[in-house]
Amino acid sequence: MHDSGKIIVGLVIFVGLFTAPFWYDLSSSEALETPNPVLPAKPDQKECVANLEFMRRNHMALLDQWRTEVVRDGMTYFKSASGKEFEMRYTKTCLGCHPNTSQFCDQCHNYVGINPYCWDCHNKPELGGVQLDTAQILNPKSETLSERLAPPRASSSSNIDRDRFKSRSSNRPSSGSGAF
Amino acid sequence: MAGPKLKPEELASKIKYSLPPKGWMDQPVEFKEGTFSYSGNPKNIEYMDLPNPRKWQPTDPDWKLPENWKEIILEGLKDRLHRFRSLQIFMDICVRCGACADKCHFFIGSGDPKNMPVMRAELLRAVYRNDFALAGKIFGRFAGARELTLDVVKEWFYYFYQCTQCRRCSVFCPYGIDTAEITLLVRELLSLVGVNIDWIVTPVANSFRTGNHLGIQPHGFKDSIDFAVDELESITGVRVEAPINKKGAEILFITPSADYFGSPHYYTLLGYLALFHEIGLDYTWSTYASEGGNFGSFISHDLMKSLNAKMYAEAKRLGVKWILGGECGHMWRVVHQYMNTLNGPADFLEEPVSPITGTRFENARSTKMVHICEFTADLIKNGKIRLDKGRNDNRRVTFHDSCNPARALGLIEEPRYLIRNSCNYFFEMPENTIREQTFCCGSGAGLGTDENLEMRMRGGLPRANAVKFVKEEHGVNFLGCICAIDKATLPPLMEYWVGGVEVGGVHELVGNALIMNGEKERTTDLRGEPFHIEGNWNAR
Amino acid sequence: MNVIFSLFAILIIIAAAFLGASVPRLDFLFGVAIPYAAITIFLGGIIYRVVKWSTSPVPFHIPTVAGQQKSLPWIKDSPLESPHNTWGVIGRMALEVLFFRSLFRNTKMEMKNGPKLTYGSSKYLWLGAIVFHWSMLIIILRHLRLFMQPIPAFVLGVDGIDGFFQVGLPGLYVTDVLILSALTFLILRRLTVPRLRYISLSSDYFPLFLIFSIAATGILMRYFFRIDLVNAKELAVGLFSFHPVVPQGIGVLFYVHLFLVSTLLVYFPFSKLLHMPGIFLSPTRNLANNSRMKRHVNPWNHPVRVHTYEEYEDEYREKMKEAGLPLDKE
Repeated sequence: MHDSGKIIVGLVIFVGLFTAPFWYDLSSSEALETPNPVLPAKPDQKECVANLEFMRRNHMALLDQWRTEVVRDGMTYFKSASGKEFEMRYTKTCLGCHPNTSQFCDQCHNYVGINPYCWDCHNKPELGGVQLDTAQILNPKSETLSERLAPPRASSSSNIDRDRFKSRSSNRPSSGSGAF
Repeated sequence: MAGPKLKPEELASKIKYSLPPKGWMDQPVEFKEGTFSYSGNPKNIEYMDLPNPRKWQPTDPDWKLPENWKEIILEGLKDRLHRFRSLQIFMDICVRCGACADKCHFFIGSGDPKNMPVMRAELLRAVYRNDFALAGKIFGRFAGARELTLDVVKEWFYYFYQCTQCRRCSVFCPYGIDTAEITLLVRELLSLVGVNIDWIVTPVANSFRTGNHLGIQPHGFKDSIDFAVDELESITGVRVEAPINKKGAEILFITPSADYFGSPHYYTLLGYLALFHEIGLDYTWSTYASEGGNFGSFISHDLMKSLNAKMYAEAKRLGVKWILGGECGHMWRVVHQYMNTLNGPADFLEEPVSPITGTRFENARSTKMVHICEFTADLIKNGKIRLDKGRNDNRRVTFHDSCNPARALGLIEEPRYLIRNSCNYFFEMPENTIREQTFCCGSGAGLGTDENLEMRMRGGLPRANAVKFVKEEHGVNFLGCICAIDKATLPPLMEYWVGGVEVGGVHELVGNALIMNGEKERTTDLRGEPFHIEGNWNAR
Repeated sequence: MNVIFSLFAILIIIAAAFLGASVPRLDFLFGVAIPYAAITIFLGGIIYRVVKWSTSPVPFHIPTVAGQQKSLPWIKDSPLESPHNTWGVIGRMALEVLFFRSLFRNTKMEMKNGPKLTYGSSKYLWLGAIVFHWSMLIIILRHLRLFMQPIPAFVLGVDGIDGFFQVGLPGLYVTDVLILSALTFLILRRLTVPRLRYISLSSDYFPLFLIFSIAATGILMRYFFRIDLVNAKELAVGLFSFHPVVPQGIGVLFYVHLFLVSTLLVYFPFSKLLHMPGIFLSPTRNLANNSRMKRHVNPWNHPVRVHTYEEYEDEYREKMKEAGLPLDKE
């Protein structure tokens, strides 16, 4: 082997960089800790707006769609796969069951390094685990606006293909931390 | 010298960059007249102890290779992969991005896709993949592997003798893949089975025996130097000394043999003689080391070493302090990048110091050989010589960076400094054709033969075209250069493509401008041409 | 032909992953065994290749110089194009590796009637190459958020910059658009420029298609057929901490993505992708232009036959004497 000094240093740097995730996770005490989202003891609702698998994967798209439909199209209600109607309001519908971001949203978001910009504009429901009336945390202006704009009818032209959701709602259990 | 059969316009109109319908592996080589060089003379192959001396020509169907030629070449390749990391790397890492393709003067001038540097190297790489790489062994042709056959050998001969080792492609390659290195190693492989060209083998044998590639014997050497001294006297009125084989001189001067036997090199020689006399340099010529050029470097590392050995050996024998080297291209590649490794360390020499200015040439402190342009630039900077630029007013000069000084040494500003201090009228060619991007003369690395003239004119087209541009823009009539092969091959190239442009060395221009002590009233330059020509662009 | 072969190979790989990962019991194979094997082959293969390269010496000092040498003190040298010391070489290599300096020089030759040759600046290849390589690097770096727990701040920083525009939900990564555009350009270039088609081998198309597929499956997973990201990270961290787990319900697409990445890792040390380590060992770039200042040693410097002065004088003594040249032996 010629120029072994430089080449070995180079290889060590390369292997070190490439295997950094190994060293990092092996030396990290948190590596095997998984998210633990907490559900309220007494939820507002018996069922969510969509099944678990769908929500784990697509909640951000659903919220995005709700926003568009409420703000741009003036719709108010969302019909779930099971036929139940929900008001398309994050503050009321979502926060009703999941009122605490640090115990629910942040659990997974922090784990995979997502920093949603929801709370860039909206008040963050950081309530230390105490469940409050959702009305208290509404931004009053936006509520008036949405109420003013919202025609009193149910949403039926949602972009989400509910049939597809139905067909995909298999009940495969999650082996993750499973606290959903 | 007979020109190519085709007129320039006809030749140019025939350059097409279209591609053959067949893939490159299926297109056998065709030896077209005017585009290849004749085989090596068996007498000289024998003299140099090289394998398989015999009579043959590239156009023969049977090349009379030894029975186990394939084994010899593959063993040779294996051996070189172990000895040259460059080869190993260049075989493995090319991504065929194509950046090199239109950088090659032979591709530009021929349109032959196998003259793209990437393709040239692929000719070897395909064999490497077939016999030395895992993917090639498994997937064969799909992985770009090709078996070594006689047709492949013929293709190698044709295309690796259509590369002048100018290294322009290497400047543009994102990994610095150096086709010159690949070409040299393939020529080594070909040489193992006795496939050589005569314009390399014969000069090599001459250099080995007589010290110079033209085969000039010691008395002949002395005659030409003496003749030059006489001629210089008749031009300038000054009688100069030109010591030969003088022991105890301070400096050994080595220059390409064409300088004292070829034209227009000869005027550069007059320039050297005048300059050395004017500054009172204690130096000597050598008949034994009477060649700067190294034809061995065109064919194998071992022959390169064998011929180059004379420089240090003679410096040692004569007891000089250091060596000064004249204007030459590949000689300087060998001196700068190889000599100290091959034949050093030169611990019997001293770190070069200019005896005139006291300047220490730090950049040559180990090899102990200084380029004449570095030496003279230092003289001018220190005001040690007087130059009358007006004596070059019959010239409108442009400068051709020779490949090796530019891309092996980075000797770019020194010759320009000399020209600017010797001439009033200096014009650069377009920037993509000079300095590190300079185009080859098209005849380097042993390809400057008459039988190869068409290919030379094609390969020289980019250079000639750039000269033509400055001729038309600025009335350039003189192409300066610092390479003996340039001086030999640019004149026919200029005549073919441009017309009305003379070729000469930078030290010819310096010699023209040099005001000598005790000179007679001067009216002509070193070529015997009047300083001022009626009707000349500059006289308007 | 070469294109079709490569395309076919990629399709087979994708199909194999689809079918394989759909079989419930094979997810350990695709999620754990193959990635581990691929990482081992990648690292082992690269070390093997580099060590093999290093067993061949660099016999000669052959930098390709692209600027003024350091010679006389009053002549300005170019330390990065013609470095004369190690710092200069480091600078030159950094320019080459980080910014593709040599490719940036690229020109396009054109011949007009006359003949008249022109060399226009041509930066498209450079642009495509640099956009592709930098996007790939940033994508790898931001993947670390799924590999490391807790996530280092710099990874979140890279991720934040890449998602700066906050378009759509989940937010669009600029590099996703860039890498696909650059790859499309590089593929189309090979397919449409006749000269490039002529020189391209299967092994030129294959890695392009492979990396395109990797990027495409990644993008599909993020924007169109979302996977369970939390579970994906559990699998990844499990691999890196040597506690492999195969969470259920990540999604088949994830396994296809992972299998394609594994293919790339395995393919790497046996292909032209070796240009990554190779550039560091290229003797025309990694040597200083100081060969007259410092002697370079060739470990195998062959002994050769030389014609000595004594032999020379023996042959020409009479003629030299006659010409009045000095002789060593009278």
